[in-house]
Amino acid sequence: MHSRLEHSTAKRELPVSQQPEVDYVRVRFAGDSGDGIQMTGTRLAESAARFGNDIATFPDFPADIRAPSGTIYGVSAYSLNIGHTEVSTFGDETDALVALNPAALRKYLEGVKQNGLLIIDTDAFTERAITKAGFSSNPLEDASLSSFRMLPLEITSNTEKALKETGLSSKDARRCKNMWTLGLVLWLFERSTADVELWIDQKFHKKPDLAKANIMALQAGHLYGEVADLPPDVSRYRIQPAPLMEGEYRSINGNEGMAYGLYAGATLADLELFYGSYPITPASPLLHTIAKLKELGAISFQAEDEIAAICAAIGASYAGHLGVTGSSGPGIALKTEAIGLAIMTELPLVIVNVQRGGPSTGLPTKTEQSDLFQAIWGRNGDAPLPVIAPAHPAECFDIGIEAAKLATKHMTPLMVLSDGYIANASAPWKLPDFGDPAYAPFPVKKAKDPVNFLPYDHDPDTMARPWAVPGTAELMHRIGGLEKQAGSGNISYDGENHQLMTQIRAQKLEAIAKSIPPQQVESGQTTGKLAVLGWGSSWGPIRVAARRAELEGKSVSHIHLRHLWPLPPNLQKLLSGFDRVIIPEMNNGQLATVLRSQMGIEVESISCVKGRPFLVREIAKIIEDALGATS
Amino acid sequence: MTDLKPKDFASSLDVRWCPGCGDYAVLKSLHKILAESGARLEDTLCVSGIGCSSRLPYYMATYGFHTIHGRAPAIASGAKLANPELDVWVFTGDGDGLSIGGNHLLHALRRNLDMQIVLLNNQIYGLTKGQYSPTSQKGMRTPSSPGGTVEMPLNPARFAIGAGSKFIARSIDTQAKVLGPILEAARAFDGTAFVEVLQNCVIFNDGVFDHLKDKKQGPDHTILVEHSKPMVFGVNRNKGLRVKPGGFGLEIVSLEESSLTEADLLVHDETNHALAVALAELGENEGEPTVLGILFREQATEFGKASRIGLPEKPLSMDEKLSRLSAALRAGETWGVGEDAA
Repeated sequence: MHSRLEHSTAKRELPVSQQPEVDYVRVRFAGDSGDGIQMTGTRLAESAARFGNDIATFPDFPADIRAPSGTIYGVSAYSLNIGHTEVSTFGDETDALVALNPAALRKYLEGVKQNGLLIIDTDAFTERAITKAGFSSNPLEDASLSSFRMLPLEITSNTEKALKETGLSSKDARRCKNMWTLGLVLWLFERSTADVELWIDQKFHKKPDLAKANIMALQAGHLYGEVADLPPDVSRYRIQPAPLMEGEYRSINGNEGMAYGLYAGATLADLELFYGSYPITPASPLLHTIAKLKELGAISFQAEDEIAAICAAIGASYAGHLGVTGSSGPGIALKTEAIGLAIMTELPLVIVNVQRGGPSTGLPTKTEQSDLFQAIWGRNGDAPLPVIAPAHPAECFDIGIEAAKLATKHMTPLMVLSDGYIANASAPWKLPDFGDPAYAPFPVKKAKDPVNFLPYDHDPDTMARPWAVPGTAELMHRIGGLEKQAGSGNISYDGENHQLMTQIRAQKLEAIAKSIPPQQVESGQTTGKLAVLGWGSSWGPIRVAARRAELEGKSVSHIHLRHLWPLPPNLQKLLSGFDRVIIPEMNNGQLATVLRSQMGIEVESISCVKGRPFLVREIAKIIEDALGATS
Repeated sequence: MTDLKPKDFASSLDVRWCPGCGDYAVLKSLHKILAESGARLEDTLCVSGIGCSSRLPYYMATYGFHTIHGRAPAIASGAKLANPELDVWVFTGDGDGLSIGGNHLLHALRRNLDMQIVLLNNQIYGLTKGQYSPTSQKGMRTPSSPGGTVEMPLNPARFAIGAGSKFIARSIDTQAKVLGPILEAARAFDGTAFVEVLQNCVIFNDGVFDHLKDKKQGPDHTILVEHSKPMVFGVNRNKGLRVKPGGFGLEIVSLEESSLTEADLLVHDETNHALAVALAELGENEGEPTVLGILFREQATEFGKASRIGLPEKPLSMDEKLSRLSAALRAGETWGVGEDAA
């Protein structure tokens, strides 16, 4: 297999590459839960993004808050992929693993590529720690690591040494070892420590002693790289900035992007945002982020349970705000009855499901996309609900806005299917310019005029009913969960009326189907031998694998669904242009089942429910198996 | 000022409770006090859950939301938080409010958001045809308890006290002279006002409160408490409550068979929490009067006002919001990519 760099003419498209350590480097930090791994990884990611690289990250931390130290299950890791070319995923393999203890090495050694670099804190390799990690002998002394490039360093003692003058206790000094490590890794990438120093100053501005110590440790690690005699097979990485679109950038994770997007969506709809929520992994950061927007007018409400959270949001929508609730699968299950009420009362409502492994409590900190059936079909009665999904963290902001737009335009609850990977992963994000036509306001017109007012009168284009909020004179009316008489909205048990109302609720989705953009291909041709179809966070690995295969001359296209329900009307026609359609999903074939049932076409399903996104090589193999190895 | 009459608060729908149902009387009292207190139709919101009592919003000419089983306090909370100008009423029952919706009622009461929660307690599930409820008396035979219930009944007022409620009142459905002023006081209270109404289910639990309502016997079985007034009751106002001498708790005394006078009786203090607990429990044992009136009322921080601290004083315009959002998005690290930067 040969590789070459694609020179894309479209500015939006970054080239893809197959040359690790030349065009992109995949680094993984791993250590104890208390070692500051997440912070170290985030800092490197921010620094690389700021430098202009494309990045993709994957924080992987235990569900336990403070697992016993030195154990395998207490290992916290942060993986990131830093590229001059498009990265899109955190990477299948690790080019460089930083292991701050034996358990970290043991847990993540398997992911390191042949001849990959191991940066190891030898101070942590005590006999006790080695045994606790499950090694039968010291891996640094036996031959078990001979197929890797080794950089064994006394990180802890070096940190202590560097901070000797500060007067910090040796315990406090040791805690700075993550900064020493980060300094060394920055050196390895030929990057300065300036960005991180600035951040440390801000972070510890109330504790100048700690700020100083962290900066000293950071600089000491950097200097170590500069002056120490490193093994000859350890070379530095030179990853140039990626040719990103011009503009102002920051890095963002999916939960933050979604929270800001929902606020922006409510604002562009000329509404106040009301967020009702109950703490749940991995959706809680939505609540935390929106709570911080209080001075911007966002109301957040931590309810007594998942049911109250959605009910309060429905109450707020009834009273004229944009009600939003967020949760994960088990919480969504509890909200189900109330979602039905929002469908019956035709109130705008956004429900964000940050999916995690299921069923039941499942795998709270691991990602999955197995709530598609729940989203589309999981209610009593014929209860249609639009469902949309972001592909990656940087798309969440726009998804939040689209959710607000569809919910208010069509007067309907709507579900957004994010997932644990998107929620926690971060990527560079081009900051929005609200002067851009893409962010044109869509102000909601509430009912005011009592002449011919009927609460269940429907607009023939959008199938929206009038939104008459309490406090409006002469529009008093009663709504509820009992079937409504078309027009008057009074209770009706009449069979003919129920048939009509069932159709009206279905027509609401038909109206949405007409208003969404036609489905396009993400990469590749619009017809061909093979389409790899995905949704949600499988976007990254499919994109990378499909584009690489296409460069090798294979007839493969990537189709990515943002609108899952209703499906884009042209989807069936588009898919019929391919000999084979393969759907890799982080579930047991749910989208495949949906498409078979809706389109009567044969699609092939590939399932991966291992608590992590697909690897690029897994998708590449799917493509290869489907098309044969010839290019 | 408003010219609205009680009948103006009635919607055009036919009321479809069973003939003789206690809910009619409650609805009538509500129409009356709303008219008398100058309520406006458009600013009044009635929210309910599921059950016979929860049909009430349909019979109001105000805004109304007939929601799902047990969830009315949560939906009402969202509406009130979104629009603090609304006068929000929640109508619920013993099954809706204390069984399936117990959690929401608990938290609504503890938060103290300005709204009224009226719980119509008929000690039975009516709409599902007569199963025992969390307030049904022990031993009650119903289709779901053919051998008699073995569960301890829940006392709604005691539950409210436990939840930290700041306004707790109790009335009988048909006693408009007691219920009316309670509903008015509940509406005026700046916080969550909890009103238990002992309500007769004419079909499945008929007469369960007859001994309390009876013109002759009733005064011996109930005591109507009023703030700063001595606690006297009885057909001839010949009985009273006092603190058990040398003990802890309330004692029923006779003013006829002893030398005691009204001056020796306990004076109701609606701000006294310990007294409220004792009053709520009274009537659970044979021979004790059931307490009616406002058992407890104490001003405390209202949740809506407290939770709005930190919001902009005036609603922001769309432009202001977008510019503040732009600033918030740029509060951390940002960087430019351009001809120079690349």
